[in-house]
Amino acid sequence: MKIGAPKEIFEGEARVALTPDSAVQLQKLGHICFVEAGAGHAAGFEDSAYEAVGVTVVKGAEALFDAVDVVAKVRPPVDAEVARLKAGKTLISFFYPAQNKDLLEAAKATGANVIAMDMVPRISRAQKMDALSSMANISGYRAVIEAGNNFGRFFTGQVTAAGKVPPAKVLIVGAGVAGLAAIGASTALGAITYAFDVRPEVAEQIESMGAEFVYLDFEEQAQDGAATGGYAAPSSPEFREAQLKKFRELAPQMDIVITTALIPGRDAPILWTRDMVEAMKRGSVIVDLAAERGGNCELTKKDEKIVTPNGVTVIGYTDFPSRMAQQSSQLYSTNIRHMMTDLTPGKDGVVVHNMEDDVIRGATVTFDGAITFPPPPPKIAAIAAQKPKEKAKVLTPEEIRAAEKAAFRKETRNQILMLGVGGVALLALGLVAPASFMAHFIVFALSCFVGFQVIWNVSHSLHTPLMAVTNAISSIIILGALLQMGSGSFLVILLSAVSVFMAGINIFGGFMVTRRMLAMFQKS
Amino acid sequence: MEFGFTTAAYVVAAVLFILSLGGLSGQESAKRAVWYGIVGMALAVAATLVGPGQGLWVLSLLLLGAGGFYGMKVAKKVQMTEMPQLVAAMHSLVGLAAVLVGYNAYIESVRVPGMDEAAKAALEGFAALVAHKTPTELAILRVELFLGVFIGAVTFTGSIIAFGKLAGKVDTKAKKLPGGHLLNATAALTSIAMLVLFMLGYGTWPLLVMTLLALFIGYHLIMGIGGADMPVVVSMLNSYSGWAAAAIGFSLGNDLLIVTGALVGSSGAILSYIMCKAMNRSFVSVILGGFGNTSGPAMEVAGEQVAIDAQGVADALNEADSIIIIPGYGMAVAQAQMAVSELTSVLRGRGKTVRFAIHPVAGRLPGHMNVLLAEAKVPYDIVLEMDEINEDFATTDVAIVIGSNDIVNPAAQEDPNSPIAGMPVLECWKAKQVFVSKRGQGTGYSGIENPLFYKENTRMFYGDAKKSLEELLHLIRH
Repeated sequence: MKIGAPKEIFEGEARVALTPDSAVQLQKLGHICFVEAGAGHAAGFEDSAYEAVGVTVVKGAEALFDAVDVVAKVRPPVDAEVARLKAGKTLISFFYPAQNKDLLEAAKATGANVIAMDMVPRISRAQKMDALSSMANISGYRAVIEAGNNFGRFFTGQVTAAGKVPPAKVLIVGAGVAGLAAIGASTALGAITYAFDVRPEVAEQIESMGAEFVYLDFEEQAQDGAATGGYAAPSSPEFREAQLKKFRELAPQMDIVITTALIPGRDAPILWTRDMVEAMKRGSVIVDLAAERGGNCELTKKDEKIVTPNGVTVIGYTDFPSRMAQQSSQLYSTNIRHMMTDLTPGKDGVVVHNMEDDVIRGATVTFDGAITFPPPPPKIAAIAAQKPKEKAKVLTPEEIRAAEKAAFRKETRNQILMLGVGGVALLALGLVAPASFMAHFIVFALSCFVGFQVIWNVSHSLHTPLMAVTNAISSIIILGALLQMGSGSFLVILLSAVSVFMAGINIFGGFMVTRRMLAMFQKS
Repeated sequence: MEFGFTTAAYVVAAVLFILSLGGLSGQESAKRAVWYGIVGMALAVAATLVGPGQGLWVLSLLLLGAGGFYGMKVAKKVQMTEMPQLVAAMHSLVGLAAVLVGYNAYIESVRVPGMDEAAKAALEGFAALVAHKTPTELAILRVELFLGVFIGAVTFTGSIIAFGKLAGKVDTKAKKLPGGHLLNATAALTSIAMLVLFMLGYGTWPLLVMTLLALFIGYHLIMGIGGADMPVVVSMLNSYSGWAAAAIGFSLGNDLLIVTGALVGSSGAILSYIMCKAMNRSFVSVILGGFGNTSGPAMEVAGEQVAIDAQGVADALNEADSIIIIPGYGMAVAQAQMAVSELTSVLRGRGKTVRFAIHPVAGRLPGHMNVLLAEAKVPYDIVLEMDEINEDFATTDVAIVIGSNDIVNPAAQEDPNSPIAGMPVLECWKAKQVFVSKRGQGTGYSGIENPLFYKENTRMFYGDAKKSLEELLHLIRH
């Protein structure tokens, strides 16, 4: 199949859906790659770089749409682009079908198949094509960089000859992919980072990234992120109140606030109110990653940077991925490439649009002239349901001591019992057995004890050498044969001779092979 | 030389043997420990040769040398994958030697008491010892040698069958004659009856009948145990060879034999215990053979096995930072340890963390995998035990399962009705991605479906382990 990427029409969009790297991979799948002249320029990929890896550069979007079967784009198509689609062609791009009903209808009317990269189901198998996540990752990182750009101080605390600098305090609200990426970037720069999320199960992830989870003192059935495909759901008014109270308490201390709270299919919740902004220090920065959907901060203006009267900068940009076009194009084109891999199971350049496949079915919004959105729920649950954590019963020190005492007593009783039984058995044996036997028996019993004590310490990795060495020393039976060799009976001599020979094999073979094995064990 | 000198030498030898086993607690001290064992053995043999009652020491030395020459030859050329067979074969020799020495003791105990006083006084060595025994002591001697012969004979045939199974010369499937364990039990009971007859002085035939029965028990017992239970079997036979030596030591009145036999016996017993615990099975159930007795229907396995090619695995490995490899018997069968080792060194050379996770019953011999990896020059400090590494899977990018199955089966934890429920397993499915190198879609030794292969983050890398790994290595290098 022929696959191509046009230049993005959207104002200020610098990303491109095909990079030279992804083109190489697509060609391995048997596809032929096209790109519109100048499409990669803004992202740092010149036409010559595409040509160098065998991509055909086509002048003009019209010609490109004509030339290819599969069109890969970043932004949802504009009307002019939709008009160029027709039956038999496939469009892969962000589409947001829930918000763009008219666009969906228009696309359906052309008869083309549309795969929406934002509709890829959130299951492990589809992670490699989850473009929302890869873009969110970039947004999170970039948000910290933008904040730093507008923040007049160091992130990390320093003690210099010119005085002591306190570290910046950063609060991240919402620990989705973007939030976690922001936490990572912020802690890497050395700031003291706090993070909040309505889903308590992400506390572990937050802490693993080096931030401190802001706990709410609130008694409510915790939200189960698994039920909503890993996304947050709206919270109760009481919970919201408790949350805002906590934020109010934190606001004066924070230097940088990055908000990323989004609930699928809804406007962004207002979490950082006007009074919180007013309570912040002069020079503080707020980056609102939810600006596209109205913003988490009451003062956010979409696509703008404003400075409040009390000197707090509020950044409402919505084009963070595009601001790092090279990186985001690379990741997005890889997502597209993985989608193509799933679409060409035979690796022979033949696209099989398999509507039975959970991932492909989920992402396809129009197919064969019909709207296939919303998709049926995937067969596999996205994320395993959070199991209610069993609270370990906290034992009081007295109970622990009592349990220990009981265990100790039981152990003592068992040992005494065993010793008693063993002792009585030994005594009974001593009554009938002659003294010479008992002398040997003591040696035997003691040796067993020594053996048990010694062998428990043998390292697991040396069990094979242990077997080889015990094998060799169990040939000690040769002593018996040697002693019997002196006998007058021919039969005895013959049997002993055979025994000596066999034991000889064992002694030398056993030790030799043990030495060989042990010599092989080497430290790195 | 005086008798006192021999005893002193025996004491030193016994101490050296104990040190030798104790030294196996660490890889470095083990290299020294094996010399303790060698010196101890040399001392014991030398002391016996120059001690009282030794007549034919030239012949003894010759035979010892011949046996030693042959043993060295075998030990030098044996492949590390063949270790289980070698160990089993050596056990059989100890078993047979115990039987022969036991018979000798019997012959002497019949011959000597019949002599007159003058002839008795002229006797030396073991015969002299027998000559001084009271009738009670002689009776005990008979019990001891009877026991020694019994254990020795079981060890002999058992080890031969184990050898055959491990070397692939005997069908590894669990096989029983009609009658099953009833046959074994009957044979054991008859042996006890023979002991009674033997003690009552019915002559030589009860001893002979018992020997045949013991040989049969050894054969039949091990025939009934299948492939993956071999670690238990081999350590059990190891233990038996020790007890046989100890029993013979009693009948010969030789303390060094008793000490060494007891050391070896307890060592084998502990190994068997560790192996059984690692399979969450009782010793008896292993001996009785086969997995079984499920308590309900097994959990349905949902999903499908998704295959992947070498390129896919190579890409994932290139991106991964931490990798854990889980080798199993399949790696030994395919002789893939060298390829694994090379892969490890290439990946480590790129600054990735590569470690190995070893389940106690991986392979056919306790510690089998460690030896194979050591042979392939994988440094031992990245080869970890199950308990040391199981918690780290959650933070690992890629887990590669090479030729193991039951030891990575999540059903052991998730499905209470599974036959292997409760068995400790390597929790590799917690890694971000799992690759399973496997020949085909079969089940493991236990015949249980492995839900691991159906997990979302698992990809099946089908093909012969060695070939697949070499292909992978090629892709990663370029």
